[in-house]
Amino acid sequence: MKTKVLTVDDSRTIRNMLLVTLNNAGFDTVQAEDGMEGLEVLEESNPDVIVTDINMPRLDGFGFIEGVRQNERYRSVPILVLTTESDDEKKNRARQAGATGWIVKPFDPTKLVSAIERVTA
Amino acid sequence: MDMNEIKEIFFQECEEQLTELETGLLAMNDGDDDPETVNAVFRAVHSIKGGAGAFGLDDLVAFAHVFETTLDCVRSNKLDPDETVMKVMLKSADVLADLTAAARDGGTVDPARSSTLAKDLEALANGQPLPDGDAAPVAEAPVEAAAPAPEEAAPASSDDSGFQPVPFSFDDMDEVAPAEDAPADAADGNVYTIEFKPNAGLYAKGNDTALLFRDLAQLGQMEVRCNSEALPELDGMDPEDSYLTWSVTLTTESDEDAIRQVFEFAEWDCKLEVSAGRADADDAGDEAPMVPVPFDLSMLGAPEEKVETPPTPVAEAPVPPAPVAPTAPAPQAAAPTPAPSPAPEPAKAASPIVKEPAKKPKVAAVAPAQQIRVDLERVDRLINLVGELVINQAMLAQSVGESEETVSGQGNNINLGLDELNQLTREIQDSVMAIRAQPVKPVFQRMSRIVREIADMVGKNVRLVTEGENTEVDKTVIDKLAEPLTHMIRNSVDHGLESAEDRKAAGKDPQGMVKLSAKHRSGRIVIEIEDDGAGINRERVKQKAMDNGLITAESNLSDEEIDNLIFHPGFSTAEKLSDISGRGVGMDVVKKSIQSLGGRISIQSNPGKGSIFSMSLPLTLAVLDGMVVSVADQTLVVPLTAIVETLQPEKSDIHGFGAKQRLIAIRETFCPLVDVGEILNFRDEPADPIEGVALLVESEGGGQRALMVDAIQGQRQVVIKSLESNYSNVPGIAAATILGDGRVALILDVDMIVSASKGQSLAIEELKSA
Repeated sequence: MKTKVLTVDDSRTIRNMLLVTLNNAGFDTVQAEDGMEGLEVLEESNPDVIVTDINMPRLDGFGFIEGVRQNERYRSVPILVLTTESDDEKKNRARQAGATGWIVKPFDPTKLVSAIERVTA
Repeated sequence: MDMNEIKEIFFQECEEQLTELETGLLAMNDGDDDPETVNAVFRAVHSIKGGAGAFGLDDLVAFAHVFETTLDCVRSNKLDPDETVMKVMLKSADVLADLTAAARDGGTVDPARSSTLAKDLEALANGQPLPDGDAAPVAEAPVEAAAPAPEEAAPASSDDSGFQPVPFSFDDMDEVAPAEDAPADAADGNVYTIEFKPNAGLYAKGNDTALLFRDLAQLGQMEVRCNSEALPELDGMDPEDSYLTWSVTLTTESDEDAIRQVFEFAEWDCKLEVSAGRADADDAGDEAPMVPVPFDLSMLGAPEEKVETPPTPVAEAPVPPAPVAPTAPAPQAAAPTPAPSPAPEPAKAASPIVKEPAKKPKVAAVAPAQQIRVDLERVDRLINLVGELVINQAMLAQSVGESEETVSGQGNNINLGLDELNQLTREIQDSVMAIRAQPVKPVFQRMSRIVREIADMVGKNVRLVTEGENTEVDKTVIDKLAEPLTHMIRNSVDHGLESAEDRKAAGKDPQGMVKLSAKHRSGRIVIEIEDDGAGINRERVKQKAMDNGLITAESNLSDEEIDNLIFHPGFSTAEKLSDISGRGVGMDVVKKSIQSLGGRISIQSNPGKGSIFSMSLPLTLAVLDGMVVSVADQTLVVPLTAIVETLQPEKSDIHGFGAKQRLIAIRETFCPLVDVGEILNFRDEPADPIEGVALLVESEGGGQRALMVDAIQGQRQVVIKSLESNYSNVPGIAAATILGDGRVALILDVDMIVSASKGQSLAIEELKSA
């Protein structure tokens, strides 16, 4: 069974890149455009791992991660943050919200894939 | 999908982000202090930076980064967006747009311009005075801005930004599989001891010791020991806590960094010590009983099998109540099994099971969207086809009408059906046109930049007010709107508005105002450009027109006619040629381009108060409502929008004037009578007006003419077919169309006909004043 990745990013460019990268690497991909939509599709998409941006309209990455963690079923699903931000304060916030890992954009497809593989069985 | 397609998407997205950026900045400039506005502005720049990085567009990334840093200061209230700041921001948005365009089209942007602005942005972010004094005095810089937290401050250069563009390529993807070949035999590699003490948070965040060890095992030969000393009695156990610590001896050819890399995501929630060499077993033995743990990777490879293993790992712990003895075997080394494995663990193991029965019918690969993107080409094709449909429907109606006598029995039914078909065709056409309709907003927004630039260039303080930005019009019209609009806006700022001193002297607000508005009016879109400047200086216009030989000193012109002189080719009243008006584009060119869109332009000027240029354009260039007329055995279509009224002239209404010209009396006024057949050379002699019909038409200049035609055939919507692209431009003819009976009919260019009979215009003025 393929690993299913939920990607949450408001940039169409990044979403397309993720789609191609992840499909090429043999993952199933479900996409959401912001944190709010991410939470909406969470149950239905039932991802094995989540890759999310931080800066998004409606609901940002921090809020999204908190929302995922509040869902009993997804308390421990790995969540990788994929963002251009690299400052420690933001990393800390993401960590407190419950993020598993932090990847700085622009991403190297190979590294992203190995990061996903690292947190999924 | 390949990189080029994604790049295409990126640039499309940039356009949207730039619009968002400008909208937000303008709102902020107008005093909008909603944090969401600032956020949206920040996100726009942020997104552009993110995408640009992936394509290795370094210039764009560098500038976006500095811009973003300054915006972040505003966002976090470290910088007050006062006038000075907003001015720099708006200029930066322009440069960002130019850099984006340069990246897309391969052009360049004056490096001095972007670097100057980048320095300004950095200075703002650092709470320093702007490098050169062209902007407002530094004293205005907000106090809070003086001391931004050092790490928040803009980096002096993009080098230490921590943001390195990584050109993105799918070519690398083939190599994805295993990170490195695990050195199978690393006997002579380095030996490291890794002490790993996860805390509960590690599991709560989706990390997993087993997965970490799996990655570690790829680096070389490893030996895992588990310390379960902290494990409490079962009833004192918190299933979500972490009690086990691990000691790993790794023989590897990799270095310490590679090891730390494995724990990259876990380092937040564990104590990790990596030391070279083998830990002294005795040392460890003293206090911590360590259990060697066989490490079996295969268990991780097959998640399904993992599920088969007994569901409660705790049950496998040898003797439940006892403190786990040093001897406790660790049967499932990979999963931190013997331990009160943190709750996430079983949940995770269980998830594949849950997943399969719960296989929802279809989760769309991409989240449900309210909008779809369609190639413009496809819409164009559809519009064309609908055009054909309209023609076909008309043809059908006509042939049924002609044969009605023969099938009179069923005629009624057929006619009912045809009426319905007609209705449906119209509706389809309207809906299809609505697909291509777009709000004028993007064009209007571009104008705010034009105003900024021109105002800067001529040293005026100008505010642009826009209204009705959501008014929709066909995309083909919008595309052609930008150029004339740009010129008119330039004109208003450059010529229309007075200098600040003159304005003060006239008792006006030193800040000039230009208002751009759009609205729908009787099936057309009306765009107005209004300024609160000095209005048209009619004396000067007249003088200039005389100098240029456009009029004579004796010409007796109405105010309106004087104002309209500025649309005359080559007319320019600017006393010194400025950058702006020196481009060789006059109002006559603007008028021509508006006319070529089937539009009209007019001016209303009020001395001392300002001028209003108003353009009226068709909502679409695809169809028009027309009156079908016959002239000298030809069938012509006259655009309905140009027709004021139709008249059946009486003999007493017609007055001769001069040798050949005739006037028609319409109520209290006289109007020149133009025989369409004659002016288009369909016949040599004008027909008798009494036998024909006069169409009173109005040109964009407001001038009226009565067009003589032989008869009116009817009124219908016609699909416009360009004459130029199929044949060539014909004076007096705007386009062609296909009628219901399949014949080609020419569409009259009313404005051209009116101006071709210009000579008569002055004649009537003279007559009136006589």
